[in-house]
Amino acid sequence: MGSGDAPTRAALVEKARDIYDDLDFGAVRRWLADHPGRKAAGYLPVYAPREIMHACGLLPVGIHGGGDRLEIIRGDAFYQSYICHLPRSVIELAQSGRLDMLSAVLFPSTCDVIRNLSGMWKLLYPEAYVRYIDVPQTPDKGAAADFWESELRRLVRDLGRVSGHHPTDAELRSSVELYNETRAMVRALYTARRERPWDLPTEELYVLLRAGELIPAEEFIAMSRDYLAAVEAEPRRPRDNSRVVVVGAFCEQPPLGLIMSIERAGCYIVDDDFLLGNRFLTRDVPLDGDPVRALAEAFVSNDQRTSVLFESDPLGKKRLMKECVAAANADGIIFATPSFCDPALLDQPMLRAGAENASIPCIAFKYAENTGQFQQFREQAGTFADSIKLWGDA
Amino acid sequence: MAEALKDRSMVLQKEMIANHFARLARAPETGEPVVYTFVPGNLTELIRSFDALPVLPEINALQSGMRKLSGDYIAEAERAGHSEDVCTYVKCDIGMMRSGNLGPGGLKLPKPDLLLLSYTGCYTFMKWFELLREEYDCPTVMFHVPYQGDGVLEPEHRNYMLRQLKEQVIPALEKATGRKYDEDKLRHHLALSAKAEDDLVAVLQAGKNRPSPIDGYFGTVYYVGPIFSAFRGTEEGVEYYRALRQEVEERAALGLGPITPDGPLEGERYRLVVEGPPNWTHFRDFWKMFSDEKAVVVASTYTKVGGTYDFGFRHNPDDPLGTLADYCSGCYTNLNLPTRIEMISRYIEEYQADGFLINSVKSCNSFSAGQLMILREVEKRTGIPGAFIESDLVDPRYFSAANIKNRLESYFQMIDARRLGKTA
Ligand code: SF4
Ligand code: SF4
Repeated sequence: MGSGDAPTRAALVEKARDIYDDLDFGAVRRWLADHPGRKAAGYLPVYAPREIMHACGLLPVGIHGGGDRLEIIRGDAFYQSYICHLPRSVIELAQSGRLDMLSAVLFPSTCDVIRNLSGMWKLLYPEAYVRYIDVPQTPDKGAAADFWESELRRLVRDLGRVSGHHPTDAELRSSVELYNETRAMVRALYTARRERPWDLPTEELYVLLRAGELIPAEEFIAMSRDYLAAVEAEPRRPRDNSRVVVVGAFCEQPPLGLIMSIERAGCYIVDDDFLLGNRFLTRDVPLDGDPVRALAEAFVSNDQRTSVLFESDPLGKKRLMKECVAAANADGIIFATPSFCDPALLDQPMLRAGAENASIPCIAFKYAENTGQFQQFREQAGTFADSIKLWGDA
Repeated sequence: MAEALKDRSMVLQKEMIANHFARLARAPETGEPVVYTFVPGNLTELIRSFDALPVLPEINALQSGMRKLSGDYIAEAERAGHSEDVCTYVKCDIGMMRSGNLGPGGLKLPKPDLLLLSYTGCYTFMKWFELLREEYDCPTVMFHVPYQGDGVLEPEHRNYMLRQLKEQVIPALEKATGRKYDEDKLRHHLALSAKAEDDLVAVLQAGKNRPSPIDGYFGTVYYVGPIFSAFRGTEEGVEYYRALRQEVEERAALGLGPITPDGPLEGERYRLVVEGPPNWTHFRDFWKMFSDEKAVVVASTYTKVGGTYDFGFRHNPDDPLGTLADYCSGCYTNLNLPTRIEMISRYIEEYQADGFLINSVKSCNSFSAGQLMILREVEKRTGIPGAFIESDLVDPRYFSAANIKNRLESYFQMIDARRLGKTA
């Protein structure tokens, strides 16, 4: 590409992929080097309020394990074989010094593994600020908002201490605005993929989003805008693929090879729960009023349904897959869950029953983030795609 | 337990439990309301104050394990699409329900009028009741107890719990039972709880004697049964713990060791602290591996899942809802890893243990994720090497007697060698 030209799709994807592939977190380290005196804060899946990290002047850094690119040497000594892969690879990253640039790490309440990992972090890295983030689980919206607001205020105070910068309301509001934009961009990407999945393959979208977890929000927005423009400039031809929703991969992320296998087996992924924290707040957070209260209320009134939150509607689980498939105009569901993942696996019978009642074709398989062999997934997904095509019109 | 041993406390417990399940079986006719809830963070006094009967699915699951029924129940649930990877208590419970819902003693359990989801220290609880709600089609109330991530109960968290109790839990109980909340009645039950808790603590702390008159793990799971389940805050509970304390104090005064399924244990050789739940499908064999070696567990963490009374907490009738919040927050699995490590290290010191053991159960991330770290930290702090074994709660497929026995034997040999080293 010549100077001044818009970047091509290939160049953008390659850049995103380099950021995603780099297990030494070069992008974060470069940012720290370019911003002397500034610090970075890590967060684990699923949802953490990045606005607050940002307003305190910290670079938010998503920690998602090492995927299939990290050899586990130390991590296995911390976890028994019957515990999912994510925490061991996160510990591996930390014990090998790769996360030593993080001054704070937030552990959202996703499951008991993450919960206990927060305690391990306190013991292993006493110099870092560690906070377990217990999101509200009560259906009483008033109590939930008050609780979450007090949690967020504590974070503002504590992270302000970590960074040495206590944000004003105006700064908090402008961070909220920035992350509204980020979420709008993610929504735009998801909408475009849903409408033209041949144009926005998930293997590209996914690395873009992963890069977004490691670079400043402004950069992510710019890169995504360029990507969407490049997609417009280089349209591709639709194929006769089946449209599927991938469910269950909200915490330990599937290896990229698995996503590619699903797509190459003849499936268009038209919705998924990868990196769900990105889309956790489904609407813009209002910019008037107190910004912390607004964030708290946005969480409480948001209609995101996920395995990590209590479902208070007795029919909620039954309906969820049907609604999700309808919204994405999908033909079927792939339940792709990390082995030993309590939230995903305990939810699956309920979700699957709802899907099957609605006559939605489903398949299920388990993976680990470091799975290297995809042949079997590819065969299963291929058979699934064929069967959808065969019976879908019948 | 062995037939020959007929201590008064045992007879009492047997009667209490039998009566409770008989009452539950009659509930559909008598109209007594039934509330299902969990052991950690159970609000038994509150439930009782509404004249409702509690059912604890975990207790049913462990009983099914002891009665060798859990294997079939788990298979039943897995056939219905439940993953082999998740907590076997849940699958055992679901399998039991689908196989006629016969509780311990073979009596049918009534359906719940309310699922009281005390979300304390275990994520699986949340899913368990979502799953049961699908099966029973009954109301569920969520009581979210924040985790002690920083090792303390934060005032905002306590307020949040109080508010949920007032605005969610109590109204749900009122609706399910058709009765009004009666704070004086709750105070009455709380006062009874505190009495029983005093006696329980005396029993637990008897493990500090040499020899220990109790086994603080295998024996004590029977001792904590009533207080962790349906009987805290009841007259029967008070009577049981008074009788138990008397027996234990008598044994201590006489310098006797604990009673095991094979009779009284004499000649205590190893004093251990144990972390993690026991295995229920091979409970007796498991215990025997210890008693054969004259190893006595002087303290354990599992016996604190339903409350950590030995560090001073008592239910306080003067602050009825506040004390419920304090109780729920302080249950063992709601404590963060550093606090758990602190607690085990303290037990090792205060109970003069010469070893500690972790039984890591495959089913339970709440306990198990992080236990290897606990092992290392406790070793570092106390200078006492620990042992690590793996089993499961109620899935018979994951109990390898030979492996565990080997592991224990070499551990005991190591303790012997260390002793020789020290005295040499
Ligand atoms: S993969 Fe599942 S079990 Fe593992 S940490 Fe994430 S949510 Fe928890
Ligand atoms: S995961 Fe552990 S604490 Fe939770 S229900 Fe299962 S055994 Fe109990």
